[in-house]
Amino acid sequence: MSTEELISLKNKADLRRRPSRVCICTAASCQSIGADRVHKAIEAEIAKTGREPQVEVRAVGCMGLCSAGPLVRVESESSSVLYRNVTVEDAETVAASVGKAKVERLVCRTDVPFFARQHKVVLANCGVVHPERIEDYVAVGGYSALYRAITEMSPSEVLAEVTASGLRGRGGAGYPTGLKWQTVAKSQDATKYVVCNADEGDPGAFMDRSVLESDPHRVLEGMALAAFAVGAKVGYVYVRAEYPLAISRLRTAIRQAKAANLLGQNVAGSRFEFTVDIRLGAGAFVCGEETALLASIEGLRGQPRPRPPYPAEKGLFGRATLINNVETFANIAPIIEKGGAAFAAIGTERSKGTKVFALAGQIKNTGLIEVPMGINLREVVDDMGGGTPTGGKVKAVQTGGPSGGCIPYEHLDMPVDYDSLQKVGSIMGSGGMIVMDESSNMVEVARYFMEFSMSESCGKCVPCRVGTYQMHEILRRILAGQAAPSDLALLEELTRTVGEASLCGLGQSAPNPIKSTLRYYRAEYEAVLRGSRPSMPMTEEGVG
Amino acid sequence: MSGQARVVTLRINDREVSAREDENILQVAKDNGIFIPTLCCLEGLSTWGACRLCMVEVSGNNKLMAACATKVAQDMDVKTDSPRILAHRRMILELLFSERNHVCSVCVANGKCELQHLAQVCGVDHIRMPYRYPELPLDLSNDLFRLDPNRCILCTRCVRVCDEIEGAHTWDVMGRGIDCQVITDLKSPWGTSETCTSCGKCVHVCPTGALSQRGTAIAEVHRHREFLPYLTQMRGERD
Amino acid sequence: MSPQTLYPEPPTEDKRWKIVNTTMRRNGNDSHALIETLHSVQETFGYLDEDGLRYVAKSLRTPLSKVYGVATFYHFFTLKPQGEHSCVVCTGTACHIKGAETILKALKDKYGISPGETTEDNKLSVLSARCIGSCGLSPAVVLDGNVMGNLSVSTLLARMDKEIG
Repeated sequence: MSTEELISLKNKADLRRRPSRVCICTAASCQSIGADRVHKAIEAEIAKTGREPQVEVRAVGCMGLCSAGPLVRVESESSSVLYRNVTVEDAETVAASVGKAKVERLVCRTDVPFFARQHKVVLANCGVVHPERIEDYVAVGGYSALYRAITEMSPSEVLAEVTASGLRGRGGAGYPTGLKWQTVAKSQDATKYVVCNADEGDPGAFMDRSVLESDPHRVLEGMALAAFAVGAKVGYVYVRAEYPLAISRLRTAIRQAKAANLLGQNVAGSRFEFTVDIRLGAGAFVCGEETALLASIEGLRGQPRPRPPYPAEKGLFGRATLINNVETFANIAPIIEKGGAAFAAIGTERSKGTKVFALAGQIKNTGLIEVPMGINLREVVDDMGGGTPTGGKVKAVQTGGPSGGCIPYEHLDMPVDYDSLQKVGSIMGSGGMIVMDESSNMVEVARYFMEFSMSESCGKCVPCRVGTYQMHEILRRILAGQAAPSDLALLEELTRTVGEASLCGLGQSAPNPIKSTLRYYRAEYEAVLRGSRPSMPMTEEGVG
Repeated sequence: MSGQARVVTLRINDREVSAREDENILQVAKDNGIFIPTLCCLEGLSTWGACRLCMVEVSGNNKLMAACATKVAQDMDVKTDSPRILAHRRMILELLFSERNHVCSVCVANGKCELQHLAQVCGVDHIRMPYRYPELPLDLSNDLFRLDPNRCILCTRCVRVCDEIEGAHTWDVMGRGIDCQVITDLKSPWGTSETCTSCGKCVHVCPTGALSQRGTAIAEVHRHREFLPYLTQMRGERD
Repeated sequence: MSPQTLYPEPPTEDKRWKIVNTTMRRNGNDSHALIETLHSVQETFGYLDEDGLRYVAKSLRTPLSKVYGVATFYHFFTLKPQGEHSCVVCTGTACHIKGAETILKALKDKYGISPGETTEDNKLSVLSARCIGSCGLSPAVVLDGNVMGNLSVSTLLARMDKEIG
């Protein structure tokens, strides 16, 4: 595609193609509570009144505040209003309000911290573009970074920008992205691969799912830029099978990008070639671990391999492979477009840029937020999250999923960055942030995560396979009042062996919830040991 | 092995040793009479790196490394017997004993078992956690051999020898986590396997009493492993 | 990689094996395509039976035990036929905090089955998923492919009464 063709695409498909727009969120959460029906109903109303030339009814991706879904945004000449919990019955009213006075009872305020404190880089296009229209993506500047890179930059210049950005892997480990790319670029392998890890398995995390459903092209562009920088021609996106909507949107995006000559041979008329294919997961959390993921793409049981050698040297089919998380790739195009230094200006000294978090649990405002690194955690929970739905006290915040830890409310006055979270006994993880109230018993929380690790353990190495089982057994017996203080001592010793001797990150971090809850809630363990029994959280009514 | 590999010097337990840079720590330790326990490792088979008994400390790295899977390097400083390593070894052995049914007194491999031997060497004479006793059914369908999964430690030597040396790939592992089991074909009885050649290699490489010859009673299992280095040599280099 | 001129015959006359063959051929009948192929079989037939596994093994020139090992490693695959209706209860962290266990218990009380089991009359299979990514709507359940969020036990049971009886 020539420069002119690309630019004309950008002007023609300008997002303000019609004077007014009604945008409905069609990501999985909103869809499950009827967003599709709302979309069709509003479309019907606009058609009925013959206003199609003036009003575009557009499906968009995630707008963030899942607890207020289905979400609908109405834009006119100078105004934009967000409506919450829109039902099919509201369709007529909403349609009639376009270009006129807003429907007060449905208004969702966007001047509140949940929206106002966000800094969107990864999620910039989510809720703005139609996820299944490449024209929309191009209209907001999409694929211009890739085009500029392959026509005006060298691979080492692209590498330099990514390194300068200070971006760290967003899958949880936080490894410097530029360094990883450089290692793969340096390899003399004739065949290299770029793999996107979309096996988001952390229970409580849905950032990657939303990005794939709402702005799939952004991820593809990031992968293509990576392939250009490291010298790869083939890429795979490994998506978990439990994300059918993400898979289908990704398939559509790949097809559209290929048709627009932005993927495949001679990308944009250059000598650069890059093809992307999807590989499906099949229900194994351990396949989020790099070497297990590669084994899975190779058609094997998802069992990790000893490292070194690291995938950057010897990965998929024995070749140099670059693996990064969805969110990491989604940051690349903005970095190339605005420069690494601009990205590095956001965040803290050692944690640059922004992070997407999935806020869930006992919190009023559940959904996706993107905040600058270094933001105060209490601000996120109290101001952005709005506190617990019942108004009761927040007991703790859990980050990092089954590899992470619990941070008591008293310690929430801390910056959200890789190092600070580690110091307090948790990890950044992939972005899951679960808020717990007084109804949560921390021993039960530890048991819950250990059960998860135990059932997701691949079974290859002894410490994880048997160690997670035994740790879970001890926790189960503690909760059932069948354990002795010596069991607690054994539990602690097991956390050391499993943490230090396991083959991969799953086993190595499986003891973290135990370590973290023992650190802050030892008294709860001792109380349960002495005979008090915690109650299970009940759902007589849902949140709704 | 390529004759062009550089020779490096390193220290293991404060002893200076030399080695080729393409050798792993385990090989070098063995060559120098330094004991590092292993269970999944067997010379002639590919590295599995999963029993985690061979973990060693390498200075400059706060993570433990598997000696069987880590290549040596110039000036490397390795410790194989620090208190934490010894503690982990004992714990791993205890975990293994607790996982299935490892009652030595009635086992065909009594006295000839690598797990039992390591327990003695590492000073494990009791375990601190309850036994699982999964009561897995035996496979006695084969005329020549028997499988007792209750003695299995999932080292996968049988899987690897059948795949890499015999080429039949009759054995593999099914399931996940604590529910893993070695199986033949589509979890069919061994005796009706469509792929097994009855070569018996799996029985010879098994470290415990899981695989044994029919007709052997307590402590009567016999192992002959000379074929492994011989076949390896005959077939050329194997990683 | 030598071209295979003779492909094995599908286990039955069922025309739907064409779908599976397409998946395999699209990936060059490569052993790496095992997981995509198993997905195709399960999507087409509802589960993986022994004949199907045998056929896949032969077509991809992969050992039987390897295929079995892969099919039983991944929890998405099932070797048993599923019930007419399926109810997948999410047991992710957010859903757990909001009472997923209570929902599982209610299902056990009403239908007598635990996750991974199917009712005697084959009407319903209950499964649990580690996280379906709808944490904003916890607790959540997937009933016959449709996500139901912000659930209470009474809402779920009423809806299941309607769908299943």
